[in-house]
Amino acid sequence: MIKRSFLGLVKPRLQYSLVSDTVRELPVPSKVTLLLKEPGNGGGTTPPKVGDAVKTGQKLSASPEGAEYVIASVTGTVSGITPYVDGYGQKYTAITIEASSQDEWDDQFNKELTLDTVQNFFEYAPGNPSFKAFADPEKRIRAIVINGMEEDLLITTNQYVVKNHAQEIKSGIQVLKKITDIDRILMAVPESLFQEANTTGAEVKTVSDIYPNGLPHTIMKDVLGQVVEAGNAPEDMGVAFIAAEAVAALGAAFDTGRLPVTKLLTVVGKDGKTTNVRARIGTPLRDVLQVCNISLSDRDRLILGGPMRGAATYSEELPLGPGTDGIVVQDEGNSAEVTDYPCINCGECVRICPVKIPVNMLVRFLEARLYEDAATMYDLHCCIECGLCSYVCISRIPIFQYIKVGKYELSLIETAEAE
Amino acid sequence: MNNEKKLVVAHAPYWHDGSKISTKNNNIMVAALPAVLMGISHYGAPALGVIAFAMACAMIWELIMNVAMRKPFSIGDGSAAVTGLLLGMLFPATAPWWVIVLGTSLAIIVGKQIFGGIGFNPLNPPLLALAMLVISFKGVFDFDEALRHYDLGFVMTYPLADLKYFGTEAIDKFSLGDLFMGKQAGAIGSTFGLGLTLGGLYLILRGYMRWEISLSFLAGVFITALLFNLSDSAKYAGPFFHLFTGYTLIAAFFLVPEDSSSPANFIPMLIFGALAGLMTVLIRNVGAYVDGVPFSILLLNLANPLLDRIRPKAIGKVVENA
Repeated sequence: MIKRSFLGLVKPRLQYSLVSDTVRELPVPSKVTLLLKEPGNGGGTTPPKVGDAVKTGQKLSASPEGAEYVIASVTGTVSGITPYVDGYGQKYTAITIEASSQDEWDDQFNKELTLDTVQNFFEYAPGNPSFKAFADPEKRIRAIVINGMEEDLLITTNQYVVKNHAQEIKSGIQVLKKITDIDRILMAVPESLFQEANTTGAEVKTVSDIYPNGLPHTIMKDVLGQVVEAGNAPEDMGVAFIAAEAVAALGAAFDTGRLPVTKLLTVVGKDGKTTNVRARIGTPLRDVLQVCNISLSDRDRLILGGPMRGAATYSEELPLGPGTDGIVVQDEGNSAEVTDYPCINCGECVRICPVKIPVNMLVRFLEARLYEDAATMYDLHCCIECGLCSYVCISRIPIFQYIKVGKYELSLIETAEAE
Repeated sequence: MNNEKKLVVAHAPYWHDGSKISTKNNNIMVAALPAVLMGISHYGAPALGVIAFAMACAMIWELIMNVAMRKPFSIGDGSAAVTGLLLGMLFPATAPWWVIVLGTSLAIIVGKQIFGGIGFNPLNPPLLALAMLVISFKGVFDFDEALRHYDLGFVMTYPLADLKYFGTEAIDKFSLGDLFMGKQAGAIGSTFGLGLTLGGLYLILRGYMRWEISLSFLAGVFITALLFNLSDSAKYAGPFFHLFTGYTLIAAFFLVPEDSSSPANFIPMLIFGALAGLMTVLIRNVGAYVDGVPFSILLLNLANPLLDRIRPKAIGKVVENA
């Protein structure tokens, strides 16, 4: 944890980690769990059943034409189908597969260079890419930004990929150009990776290493000079963001004919030591921690993602997802506790907010559950969710959590009104 | 599943910069120490008594209000202690005990707790109490009267009172250096300009105080006093005299930048401080009171919510009907 410096006149500057460690390969785990997003209209027609044999790279979905699917990351038999709800209320079907020692590759993937193929096989690729925006006629994507920066502090996965897999990114870029007909492909990297990034053929833009400059909204403003309007995503401005890892996976898959089934992630131990690990998607967190020699005890925190924007989870049995860029383990003494103290109006959050939200006023409205006023008067929807306000709050108010609750409640109101 | 570890789940972020309200308040008290020690060395045990009694009373009132309002105890955060300390620093060393009991109760109860406690006070608690006391008990805060038994080897008349009642010739006997070094009659903790300035700089460098408010307040006092002085130097004292006398420096570094009652945005902070400085000198030069600090700042406290509406447009904000 980075503490406030003795001289507090200047704003704290949180730097991304820039040196990526070497990667430790995890063996094929004995079982994997894949979280299949539940489609909105209930159960599908042909969900996988317990006892089904699956091959590595096989597509599993609730129905043949279902938009939601997972890609089996091991060969084996399905041993369990259970419902699962994540911390934000998203429902999943957890498919557990007992793995056999030998990988047998599924041959559904046909290497046809079309947007359909990519949509059909890569929505569950590492780096959590989404290709829906390209097929959406309303979005009119004009540029693609390959993000070689990280979503959070301490994590170095995308940087590792840019540094060591530039060739795969290059073929990934060719694939992207082919399937989308978009010529403008940019890549945002920290300055130290400029040379490697330059070999990929993308238009390279360097980004400073101060948090939160790696977030898509900030890259849009600083690099492309376009401000994303409140409540919109970069896709609404015609720019699609894809993680460097996803592009490399895409390139490798079209080169070799095998779908990506592993995820690269940074594991941060209690002592702050980082290790990069490559594991099959769906590997239980327990296996990853074991390899890194991290043992958990009661009241520890196990965080999926990074320290600023991650999500603490309750069990080490949970699996690694395709979007899990990191695992952070904190022991009790190192955890930041929140309090129910009121805002004392010191203004630290106002000064550190990267999008200039009057957080001191916003948090008062959110505490009073006046979400609509918070959105119309105090810019709730401008928030890019970096978490810096909570980080500096002297009253230790869970501001970030209030903001998420506010956005969630408003989304409920909106859906209720739409119906 | 039985051997599973019980992990703690919370919302992001999982890092915090480690700041705490109690740390901040402790630092404010440390920063106030030089001025307080100078006051105690001037006036001796009575000054120490006033300060200690004011802090104790403030904390007890806070505790009583916590119990009465069935709220969690908040004296541990140090904000009541700071209120008591600052109020004590504004008193003359001869302040009677009942004024201290009354003053701290006004500061803690009327100034803070009835609005909901820390963070909710629209007015600066010590200044609110001071203003009410100054209006109600003029004699206690007439420093010439209160300190008549002291002879500390420097001019023992209250500079601002001399200026008010006898004009600029009466203040020729004060040298600016003496005034800045605390060689002047006045409240316990507000006369030692050097100590207050050092304490203020410490708080500014540590990031516990908003320099924008302090500096703009000083600039407001300086420029307004300078303009008065230029217009009629026989009638109005110079800018440095106003900076180094009365409550100016303690206000600049400890009272005006109080968190809850001052703005948080950059431009409002500058306007807030500058207007408070301007009002201070206006009241001193034109108004009825000897020192304008409590009234000018309280007035600006009231304008604070309005001032803080001047703020930058959030990035990404969509302005409708623009």
